[in-house]
Amino acid sequence: MSIDMVQFHQVFFEESFEGLDTMESGLLNLDMGDVDVDEINTIFRAAHSIKGGSGTFGFSAVSDFTHVMETMLDEMRDGRRKVTKPAIDVLLGSVDCLREMLRAIQNEDEINLVSVAEHKAALENALNNTDVNSSQSDQFIPPLINVATPVAADSQVEGWVISFSPHVNLLRTGNDPVRMFRELAELGDFTVNVDLQGVPDLYDLDAEDCHLSWKLIVNGAISAHAIDEVFDWVEDECDLAKQAIYSQMATHLPDVNISDVSLNVIASVAELSNKTEIIQHAEVIHKEDKDESKSSVAKVSNSIRVDTGKIDTLINMVGELVITQSMLSLVGEHFEVTKLDQLKNGLSQLERHTRELQESVMNIRMLPISFVFSRFPRMARDISSKLGKKIDLKLIGENTEVDKTVVELLSDPLVHLVRNSLDHGIEMPEVRLAAGKSETGTVILEAYHRGGNIVIEVRDDGKGLDKGMLRAKAIEKGLIATDAVLTDKQTYELIFMPGFSTAEKLTDISGRGVGMDVVRRNIQALGGNIEIISELGKGSTIAIHLPLTLAILDGQSIAVGDEIYILPLGSIVESLNIKEDRINRVGGKGETFLLRGIYLPIIRLHEIFNVPNVKATKLTEGLLVVVEGQGERYGLFVDDLLGQQQVVIKSLEANYRRVEGVSAATILGDGSVALILDIPGLVRLSNQ
Amino acid sequence: MTELNNLIGSEFSDTNSLQFLSFTLGNEEYGVDILRVQEIRSWEPVSRIPNVPAYEKGVVNLRGSIVPIIDLRERFNLDNIVYTPLTVVVVLQAHFEAKTRIMGIVVDTVSDVINVDKKNIQISPTFGTKVSTEFINGLVSVNERMLILLDVDKLLKLEGVTDEHDNYS
Repeated sequence: MSIDMVQFHQVFFEESFEGLDTMESGLLNLDMGDVDVDEINTIFRAAHSIKGGSGTFGFSAVSDFTHVMETMLDEMRDGRRKVTKPAIDVLLGSVDCLREMLRAIQNEDEINLVSVAEHKAALENALNNTDVNSSQSDQFIPPLINVATPVAADSQVEGWVISFSPHVNLLRTGNDPVRMFRELAELGDFTVNVDLQGVPDLYDLDAEDCHLSWKLIVNGAISAHAIDEVFDWVEDECDLAKQAIYSQMATHLPDVNISDVSLNVIASVAELSNKTEIIQHAEVIHKEDKDESKSSVAKVSNSIRVDTGKIDTLINMVGELVITQSMLSLVGEHFEVTKLDQLKNGLSQLERHTRELQESVMNIRMLPISFVFSRFPRMARDISSKLGKKIDLKLIGENTEVDKTVVELLSDPLVHLVRNSLDHGIEMPEVRLAAGKSETGTVILEAYHRGGNIVIEVRDDGKGLDKGMLRAKAIEKGLIATDAVLTDKQTYELIFMPGFSTAEKLTDISGRGVGMDVVRRNIQALGGNIEIISELGKGSTIAIHLPLTLAILDGQSIAVGDEIYILPLGSIVESLNIKEDRINRVGGKGETFLLRGIYLPIIRLHEIFNVPNVKATKLTEGLLVVVEGQGERYGLFVDDLLGQQQVVIKSLEANYRRVEGVSAATILGDGSVALILDIPGLVRLSNQ
Repeated sequence: MTELNNLIGSEFSDTNSLQFLSFTLGNEEYGVDILRVQEIRSWEPVSRIPNVPAYEKGVVNLRGSIVPIIDLRERFNLDNIVYTPLTVVVVLQAHFEAKTRIMGIVVDTVSDVINVDKKNIQISPTFGTKVSTEFINGLVSVNERMLILLDVDKLLKLEGVTDEHDNYS
């Protein structure tokens, strides 16, 4: 009997990616020099099940590769091998490589064999603990070290061979290879070999395109960091592969001098690049960085792994519901007036069960936010080692549960915010010391529930936002008038304006705004909002407020004229009848209401929505609903309050478009459509 | 014209005949590709949408979807006619960026399903700025009467109905 194995592939991939995440976080948790058997066991088990699974499905490349990792982990577990930073770096690199391999198999792409061979060689190299020896050198492919995998031991480095292929646009972005070469030349003895192959015919040539690529050799004991720094600004605009020349190489080949060795190495690099695979590999690395979140979203969106406890509750609920149903039908069969009480009881039971059932169904879609958070330790580690910063990343409230859709859509904006904090917020260690702060910067990622919302905060104790600079920049860009009066909050909001920081990436502040308009738009599309609190020199906090679920909302129906709107219950503070003597006017138009010492701006819903047939035109005739939006309170003036109910959120945009002041629509009990109000949008409307 | 060619090319490659649902707006007769018509309903009260042009009457609940209703007479600046129980809403499917959107248009009466030989379809002439021809796919003569063929996808683009990026809807 033959079984079609393909049906199990999806499950295998899901489990494997989960296993890889476990391995990654396990590796990041390992303490240097200390063997934590439990942690290593966890990593080992994950690796082992990937190896087993891939063997079963005939993905031999994966199982072979994992086998080498296992050997290394095994040695660590037995205490034969110490837990060192280089070893962890190699393992982390292997996890990345493995993830890439599995993705390729899943997407039915070619596996990048060069990259696999490199990582495998790096693993074996680390495993043997003896660097290259001559007997191995025939099959040995030198590990090309990319930015993410720092070199084993910089001290032995005698020089670097760098293969540098800029993308066509490099010159247009204002980068000049000559300047970079000059910088490299300052580091040590420097040789440039240019590759003219990519240059098109004269008639096809655009003088502003860059078609050249280079093989660069720098001799000298130079740290990987120094090399990276030179290429820092063009990292995304080129394919870069660099390889260290180790001193051992020279000792094994005593008859030739360094430059000959370098030439050999160049030859091998050149040979490899003739296959063009190295370049592809480098591209894969760059692309993967950006595509990662997207592709993972696409992949997990079809299935969900649910705690069996939640399923059990659901089954219980259904059981109860069935009992209630049979009890009700029994009552209905021979109904007499005397059974009215029984019927009422049954109905109220039914109501309770329906509600509980609904809650447990919703609960199935809830995932802990650690699904998003778990990627950040790795990111913090990579960024801090790349930039030479000291960063302590703390995750709080990882188990807070959020709707699956929210989790997925949240990950991109959050990556952006955390990266900003790590990259721009936290200063270099020496700067921090000089400012009287501890050398290590702290970034805190916290999720918690507040009301019907989830709040996610990214806090750092970095340099904070400079209001003066933000203002100057906005004026320079023509986004605000030179004499505009802005509150602190409005000033910070400037970074959300599109195009705020596209230029002058090099200034220390502008990076904060890159893509922030997109971040805010994505958050708003989820029905949430984002706010910034910052203090110059002390740090910034960016808080995202999101609804827990995108499907159902606790709403309060309100009546204005003949129309019914829904207000999210969570945004209502209180409702009151108001007296004329507490109403004040600002500039003859803007109305405020004095509530416990605070002047609340009054928003007349019927005015901003132009509702006909309004019942209450005088403020004393209607009701004032005090609502909170983006941290501020407003009085929303309406005719009357109707009932509270849970409403199912329906998108207005699926067939129509976004409407200012309205976040979505819902269908009422009578089948008619009611609009769900969006407080920040109403405030914007009323300010127009 | 390219749209028309596409239309003809994709859906009617084996025949020269196209089918249109014809309806009237005031004294004029219009037609839409019958394959885009999802259903025909009677007018029912809509939920008003604040701060939109008057011809965007509002939204209704169509079996769980929120569907906008647009009054074509008002859109084309024809005389307003009082809505009666006989007023008709034609529910159309429009394709936009690989997505299907649904909208309803209010018309006076639905008259017929008409077979049109695609050779007889004349490209809409330009009327300068006097008449907006942006939704018109072509003109055809049926029984001595002129039928104005509408492009459903372009109708949907009315005043930026689609100009919001709605990646999350």
